Amino acid sequence: MQIEKNAVAGTLESSDAMVTVEPAENGIELDISSSVMNQYGRQIRATVLETLERLDVTSGKVTVVDKGALDCTLKARVECAVFRSCDKSAAGIPWGGVIR
Amino acid sequence: MINRPTPERFRLRRTMMFMNAQKPGLIKDAYIYGCDSIMLDLEDAVAENQKDAARFSLYHALKTIDYGKTEVIVRINGLDTPHWQEDIRVCVAGGADGIRIAKCESAQDVKTVEAAVTEAEKEFGVEVGRTLLMAALESPKGVLNAYEICCASERMFGVAISGGDFRKCMQTKFDPSGIDMLVARGQMLMAARAAGIQCFDTVFTDLDDNAGFEAEVRQNKAMGFDGKSLINPKQIRLVHEIFAPTEKEVLQAEAMVSAFREAAAAGIGVFTVNGKMVDVAFIPGAERTLKLAKACGMYEGDLV
Amino acid sequence: MKNAVGREIPDFLLENGKEVYQGKNYMDGKYVQKASPKTRRYEKPQESKIVETIKDALIQCGARDGMTFSFHHHLREGDFVVNMVMKAAIEELGLKDLTIAASSLGAAHDLIADYIEEGKVIGIQTSGIRGRMGQVVSEGKLKTTAIIRSHGGRPRAIEAGEVHIDIAFVGAPTSDCVGNSRGIGGKSNCGSLGYAMTDAKFADHVVVITDCLVDFPNMPASVEAIDVDAVVVVDSIGNPKKIASAAARISQNPRDLMMAENVAKVIASTPYFKDGFSFQTGVGGPSLAANLFLEKYMDEQGIKMGWAIGGICKPMVELLKKGKIGKVIDVQDFDLDAVNSINQTPNHFEMSASQYANPANKGAFVNKLDFVVLAALEIDTGFNVNVLTGSDGVLRGAPGGHPDTAAGSKVCIIVTPLVRGRMATVCENVVTVTTPGDCVDVLVTDYGIAVNPLRQDLIECLDKAGIEHVTIESLKEKAYSMVGRPDPVQFEDKVVAVLEARDGTILDVIRQIKPFTFED
Repeated sequence: MQIEKNAVAGTLESSDAMVTVEPAENGIELDISSSVMNQYGRQIRATVLETLERLDVTSGKVTVVDKGALDCTLKARVECAVFRSCDKSAAGIPWGGVIR
Repeated sequence: MINRPTPERFRLRRTMMFMNAQKPGLIKDAYIYGCDSIMLDLEDAVAENQKDAARFSLYHALKTIDYGKTEVIVRINGLDTPHWQEDIRVCVAGGADGIRIAKCESAQDVKTVEAAVTEAEKEFGVEVGRTLLMAALESPKGVLNAYEICCASERMFGVAISGGDFRKCMQTKFDPSGIDMLVARGQMLMAARAAGIQCFDTVFTDLDDNAGFEAEVRQNKAMGFDGKSLINPKQIRLVHEIFAPTEKEVLQAEAMVSAFREAAAAGIGVFTVNGKMVDVAFIPGAERTLKLAKACGMYEGDLV
Repeated sequence: MKNAVGREIPDFLLENGKEVYQGKNYMDGKYVQKASPKTRRYEKPQESKIVETIKDALIQCGARDGMTFSFHHHLREGDFVVNMVMKAAIEELGLKDLTIAASSLGAAHDLIADYIEEGKVIGIQTSGIRGRMGQVVSEGKLKTTAIIRSHGGRPRAIEAGEVHIDIAFVGAPTSDCVGNSRGIGGKSNCGSLGYAMTDAKFADHVVVITDCLVDFPNMPASVEAIDVDAVVVVDSIGNPKKIASAAARISQNPRDLMMAENVAKVIASTPYFKDGFSFQTGVGGPSLAANLFLEKYMDEQGIKMGWAIGGICKPMVELLKKGKIGKVIDVQDFDLDAVNSINQTPNHFEMSASQYANPANKGAFVNKLDFVVLAALEIDTGFNVNVLTGSDGVLRGAPGGHPDTAAGSKVCIIVTPLVRGRMATVCENVVTVTTPGDCVDVLVTDYGIAVNPLRQDLIECLDKAGIEHVTIESLKEKAYSMVGRPDPVQFEDKVVAVLEARDGTILDVIRQIKPFTFED
């Protein structure tokens, strides 16, 4: 997928994460801040990058403000933001396909 | 990746707790409180512009979180919204045990949902018929059509009333005596029993009114409800306490079931337990009591 | 050198007879030479000890560079006293190289972080350290190594002369003109002044700072005029709203309530739960809620609590007023109900920190405690508890009375959710050991109960009562299965704070934090 416009998903509540995606060229530019950076920063980065790869997003600016979200929440927020950026989040989601 | 076992159409459902499917902090472990079913909500709890995000959350929650023996039901958006079809797709793909149809008014509503569920089961390679259904009656029309709704599908395990919307339609408000909902509750209960499915009462919203809550749950039990919808985990314990059988009931049920098994093995149809005549018609009720007793920690035998 | 909880203590800290932690009750039976202060004689009758300003009081007490000033924390996050005094000393008198020895410090004292960065304050000795001060100390900006002590360890260190207080400052809600001070009767009431009592007896000089001067004699006094050099009257010693919360409400959080109920169940299953039992609880959500469920069990079994101690708040005062507790003895009050009850409700008494928890005296209250219910930031599979450092390694908590009550009590119950957000509370290794695992008996979480294998007697009690329990390892695994296995927090080598066990041995050290980078 290609990030077509700016889109956001998630909140800044505890246990959630707010993910912002913006169109960009030349690969993924990832910015992470987290309330649990010391212990989980690397895992958060890995989860976000894996999710983007699964969605075949190769370029874009991705900002994650994490408030202690579990991996399943991080995935859901990244996916939703990317689908929103393409106006494809409302219906026909490939559940069990690239969303897994 | 969690693959939940095939849902059981008739199981213990004393307590069904609503949870906003969009709130990660809530849904991550709602099962720890010991409710029988959790109800992940895509409808009223989720803002109109967050329906899409809630589905992504729901999908990963269903696939990641081990809810164990707690039943997982999803309340989908009404058939008059643009959301319900995608709601059904995500429920089926994620492997939810059941779907609660909001604002159900007719057998046709159930059939419409069933058709979409069947289609989704085929799309996602889920065994056709796996996903259970229940209907929420929220209007006088829904209550009047309760019986046809209850009978509309083999997937239907129960029917519930939704007090908030119903009272609005009736231009009435909550009354501690239950008079405001008496007819609706009664009619729905009779329809459910006639159709052979379960019946659940509406939520009690005043979390500070413990006495009012207890009175309502006692009335629910007296009227014959199978369980109740809840909005807060702290309501669970009281419902379980009130719905628990008495020790005497458990002993009686145990005696009946074991006597029946012995008699049946010997080819006898009618027998006596503690001096009372008993036949096969008593047995489903006795078995239900034992199952309930087991869930309440009052029975440890192996008859059920 | 490794200590009894497996922590590596650098040798340079083990000078002048300092030892590493050797286990519970290691110092039992040893003798201590108590220190005595050098105090000024006021033989000539004085009408009043009131001086105009804090600066005047400092001058009268001979304040100079390198001194140690002590403070108490009954005014909690509402406290103005620490900042007022340090400002006068540093900005008006130009003093430097000062050490603050406080019973606790909090976010109210962010100003002190500036003085640390400027090198004016070079030493911190405290139980609690939070906010900006915690941050700058963790960043290695304090000139000397900070010392963290428990509420019992502090009076022990003062009495033993390990901390020599040059001037003790008593923030007093009321005082008379010669320094008889109380925690009630004014506009900034805090109730007990228990933490200030030892300071007043062992400091060379004592200055009372009050915002409510009352007629002589202010009786019964918590800090007595016989120990006081000067009295300063200021507009306000603190923000009453932050001194005492309106009323510590019992949590309505269903998770807290569920855990609290299990805590009460565990308590009721032990042989110590009998008429006249003694109890202390923290003021965290689930700990406090345990009161509610405990009352139910007390009623059912027709028994009463003999006495309760601790930081006190409303639920305990209510039980006292209902006649369900014999006596309440407290060192600190957390809400208005407790503040308005101490020394007023019959059988509600004040005590000093030494009386409360000092391991080196001849028997503190904690030593006779049956049950204590406490919270934790982290607890590891060795039952070691951390209540001091956050998951990023930064100082942001306080041992408080945690290690003292855990060590003294017959049953110490830790109650905490298994995970907080993405933080595994039950973990393999706590960042800092503030309470050693040999003092902790039972862990109650929202995912199950674990009993310390050292307490086979309690395991039997739970089994007999049909209370399910699991191993602490299985709870840790459950936590990690939810949140993932955490990477260890990275630190620099520099030791920024020493954590003393209550007996004065070294339990752990806190090192300078290392900024996070994605590179390994």
